Amino acid sequence: MAEPPANLKEATRSGPGRLLIAVYGIFVIAATARSAVQIATHFGKAPLAYLLSAVAAVIYVVALVCLVKGTKASRRIAMISCAVELAGVLVVGTVSLFAPQLFPDATVWSFYGRGYGFVPVVLPVLGLWWIRATAKHEAAV
Amino acid sequence: MVDALATVLTYASLAVALWGVVLVVINRRFALNRPYGLALAGAVLLLELGLLVQMVAGLINVFSTDRTVATGTFIGYLVGPVLIVPLAAVWAAAERSRWGSAVLVIGCLTVPVLILRLRQIWDGHG
Repeated sequence: MAEPPANLKEATRSGPGRLLIAVYGIFVIAATARSAVQIATHFGKAPLAYLLSAVAAVIYVVALVCLVKGTKASRRIAMISCAVELAGVLVVGTVSLFAPQLFPDATVWSFYGRGYGFVPVVLPVLGLWWIRATAKHEAAV
Repeated sequence: MVDALATVLTYASLAVALWGVVLVVINRRFALNRPYGLALAGAVLLLELGLLVQMVAGLINVFSTDRTVATGTFIGYLVGPVLIVPLAAVWAAAERSRWGSAVLVIGCLTVPVLILRLRQIWDGHG
């Protein structure tokens, strides 16, 4: 079956990491396309929500690229973007719950990512866990 | 929007996903050098061809209809699965454990969701 990963890059990208990166890829496509359409066609309707969606898209792109690269430095950036992502989904989720008038249209992070099966709130936690779980390979290289 | 094709694609992607689930459960990777993996790759290819046909048909429909459809969003949901399925397949095939099969499952499960949204947008509830 699967042999143990040989280096940090492989350790980051293989096993559960491969699935994690795949889900990040789907969210990059979803968030980027969604905010691009919203900003291009009806930006005036809910500028704050659409800008937040664009910010979410950028953070997903950074996390994806850094996880795929799998170097020591890129993993640190991925860790930061996961932390920002978690803070973002918690803050936007809470604000959308208590002050819905601020968000006339939904963002990826509204109601803790309810529109996306709550994956947005689980994904950064899994990302942080995975970077931690594979950290032992950092010393090996 | 071609209703019959959308229905066929929904069930086809669920079937490919189920195939992937079986591979995960019996601890097999998405191996292209094995008959079961090669057959699965063929199924993914057929699914992709169907999605391409849906994209072309959908583009023709959305530009020829008299109804008000959110065109940009509709095109996004037409193109999304066409990109996601092959990317998931390539990313899945590079993995040497059952997690590769899991990638294929997730990739295929996005298709019914996107098709559902496509229908809603076409019906004007987008």
